Amino acid sequence: MTADGPTPAGGAPAPSAGRRPGSAARERGSSGFGRYLFKHVSGAAVSLLLVLFSSFFIFRLIAGDPIDQLTKERPVSPEERAALRAELGLDRPMWQQFWDYITGTLTMDLGDSFQYRRPIFDLIVERLPATILLSGTGMVLAVLLGFWIGTRSGWKQGSRFDRGHVATGLLLYSAPTFWLGMIVILVFARYLGLFPVNGMRSPSTPPEFWPQALDIAHHLVLPVLTYTAVVYAGYLMIMRSSILDEIGNDYLTTARAKGLRDDQVRDRHAVPNALLPTVTLVFLAIGGVVNGSIVTETVFSWPGLGSLFVQAIFYPDRPVLQALFVLFSASTILAVLAAEVLYWFIDPRIRKS
Amino acid sequence: MTASPTPPPPLAASPRRARRQLARSRRRQSFLRSWAAYRAQRTGMIGLVLLGVIVVLALAAPVLVDESALSVTQATGGRMEPPSAAFPLGTDEVGRSILALTLWGSRLSLLIGLTATVVAIVIGTTVGVTSGHVGGWYGWFALRISDWFMVLPSLVVAIALLAVLGRSMGTTIAVIALVSWSGTTRLVRAQTLTVQSRPYLERARALGAGHWHQMTKHILPNVLPLVLASATLLVPSAILMESSLAWLGLGDPNVVSWGSILNRASDNGAVSAHAWWYLLPPGLAILIVVLAFMMCGRALEAVFNPRLRGEPS
Repeated sequence: MTADGPTPAGGAPAPSAGRRPGSAARERGSSGFGRYLFKHVSGAAVSLLLVLFSSFFIFRLIAGDPIDQLTKERPVSPEERAALRAELGLDRPMWQQFWDYITGTLTMDLGDSFQYRRPIFDLIVERLPATILLSGTGMVLAVLLGFWIGTRSGWKQGSRFDRGHVATGLLLYSAPTFWLGMIVILVFARYLGLFPVNGMRSPSTPPEFWPQALDIAHHLVLPVLTYTAVVYAGYLMIMRSSILDEIGNDYLTTARAKGLRDDQVRDRHAVPNALLPTVTLVFLAIGGVVNGSIVTETVFSWPGLGSLFVQAIFYPDRPVLQALFVLFSASTILAVLAAEVLYWFIDPRIRKS
Repeated sequence: MTASPTPPPPLAASPRRARRQLARSRRRQSFLRSWAAYRAQRTGMIGLVLLGVIVVLALAAPVLVDESALSVTQATGGRMEPPSAAFPLGTDEVGRSILALTLWGSRLSLLIGLTATVVAIVIGTTVGVTSGHVGGWYGWFALRISDWFMVLPSLVVAIALLAVLGRSMGTTIAVIALVSWSGTTRLVRAQTLTVQSRPYLERARALGAGHWHQMTKHILPNVLPLVLASATLLVPSAILMESSLAWLGLGDPNVVSWGSILNRASDNGAVSAHAWWYLLPPGLAILIVVLAFMMCGRALEAVFNPRLRGEPS
C-alpha cells in the first residue's frame, strides 16, 4: 500500500482523505442543488486545468529535449532533427504548443507513443478493460470484506474478534504491495503451481468465450488476492470507526427496547447510519486504487494501464507518461466530484442547512 | 510532623524569568502526563521498543558489518546461495550476503523516510498555520492547492516527477515530501481555526500581539502534539513510498535501500529461482518498520486525540 488511500490510523478524523463534502456548502448558507453542483463542478474544472498545466510544465519544460530521447541510439543529422522537430510541432512557439496540447487533450487526440508508434488513445482503449477488471474486482472485494469485518469489529469493540482483525489488517496494510505480490507468486504459482505466474491469458487457450473467460479468471486470482489483502484494512478501519461513532446513540437503545435481536439492531439501524460517511470515503480513496493498480499490474505483468505507465518510464515514452498522468489524475478528481454530487442525494442534512 | 515539605521553587530574579520558568514547568508536566498516557498503551510501547532496536541496528551497521560487504567486486559468495553458516541469509546474484545488504539498507530506508517526513511536516505545518491564521485570499489559495495535492494519486505524481527530474536520493526525498505534505496542512489548519476562536488568543490580540507572536507562541504549541502524531503516521507511508519507487527502479542507483534490494531481486529472477532468502529479509524489514511506526503513531493519536480515548489498541 502506498501513501494515500484510506489510512487505518485508528479513528483519526476519517475525512482526512479529502475535503469534507458539504461543509463548504454549509458555510455559504442555504443553496439549491444547482448552486451546490456549480460550486463543485467549477472546483473540479479548476483542478483539471491545473493538472493540464502541470503536466505540460513537468513534461515539456523540466524534462530535456524529447528529440534527444527519441534519437538516443542512432546518429542523426541536423536536418533530420529539424524534420523530426517540425513533425512533432516542437519548432513552434511555446504558447502555441501549449494551446495545441490543451485542445489535443480535450479532443482525445493524445499524440503517438514513441514506443509503439501508435496513437496513445488506441493504446489506452485497448488496455483499459484489463485495468478495470483487476482494480474493479479488487476494490469491490476489499470494500465488501473491509465493511463486513469493520462492522462486526466496531460493534464488539475490544473483543477478541476486533483485536484479531485490527491486528491482521494492520499487518497486511504494512506490507509493501509489490513484495506481497512477489511472495504470493513464489508460494502459489512457483511452489504450489496452482495459478499462472503472470499475464492475463495463456496463448494455448482455445479462442471460444468460456475457455477464455475461465483462463482470465484463473489469471486474475493472485493479483486480486494481493490487491485486496493490502487495501481492505483501510476500509475496515473506516467502517469500524464509523460504527464506533454510532454506538452510543439513543436510537439504538430504542431499537433494543423494541426487542430486536442484537444482529438486527446492528444491521438495520447502526449500519445504514454508519454507511453514510463511508460512501464518500470509498470514492475519495480512488487515488489509492490507482496507486495500488500500478504496482499490482507491474508485479503480475498484467496488461493494463498501470504496467503501461511503468514501461513508459524506462523507454522513456514521454507522450504516454504525460497522457496517463493526466488520465489518472483526472479520474481521481472526477471520482471526488462524483462523491460530492452523490452526497447531496444520500445526506439530506446538506440540503436543509 | 517532621516530614520536610517540598522546597518552594527558587525565587526568580525577574518577572520575565519567572514567567519562563512557569511555562517550562507546565510544559514538563504536560509532557509527563502525555508520557504516562502513552506508556499505558501496550502496542505503543511494543512499537517504541521495536523502533529503538531497529534504529540501534541501523546506526551500528558499520560496526557490525564492514562496508566492503556491499561491494559487487569483492563479493565472496556464489550466485544466489541458500542460507549457510557463512551467509546466514544466503547471497544475492553476485554473491553478497543478504544479511549485510538488509542491515545496510535499513540506513537508507530510514533516512529517506524520516527526512521526507520532516520536510513534509515543516511545509504542511507552515502552510496550515499561516493559511488558518491569515485566511483571506492566501488562505483560500493554500487550501485549494493542498486539496489538489490530496486528490492526486501520489504514486503517479511521484513517478512522473522522478522520471523527469532524474534519480537521486535528493529528488526521492523531495518528491515524497511533495506528495505527502497536504494531509498535515489540513489537520493543522483545522486545529489552528479552533485555537483561533479561543479567548486567550483574543486576550493576546487585545494586548497587542502581532501575527508572528500569535502564531509561534500561541497557535504552534497547541498544534504540535497533533503534528507529532501525524508525523509518526507519515513516516511509514514515506518508507512504503520509497520502497515502491526504488522497487520500480526509480531509486538512486548508487545506494542500497530495502526497495532497491527487492528491485535487484526482481530483475535477476529471484522469484523464478525460488530464492526466498533474497525476498523475505528486506520485505519483512519494511513490514516491521512500518508496523512499528504505525503502532507508535496510533498510540500517540490516542493520547492527543481525546475522541479516541478508551480505544483498545
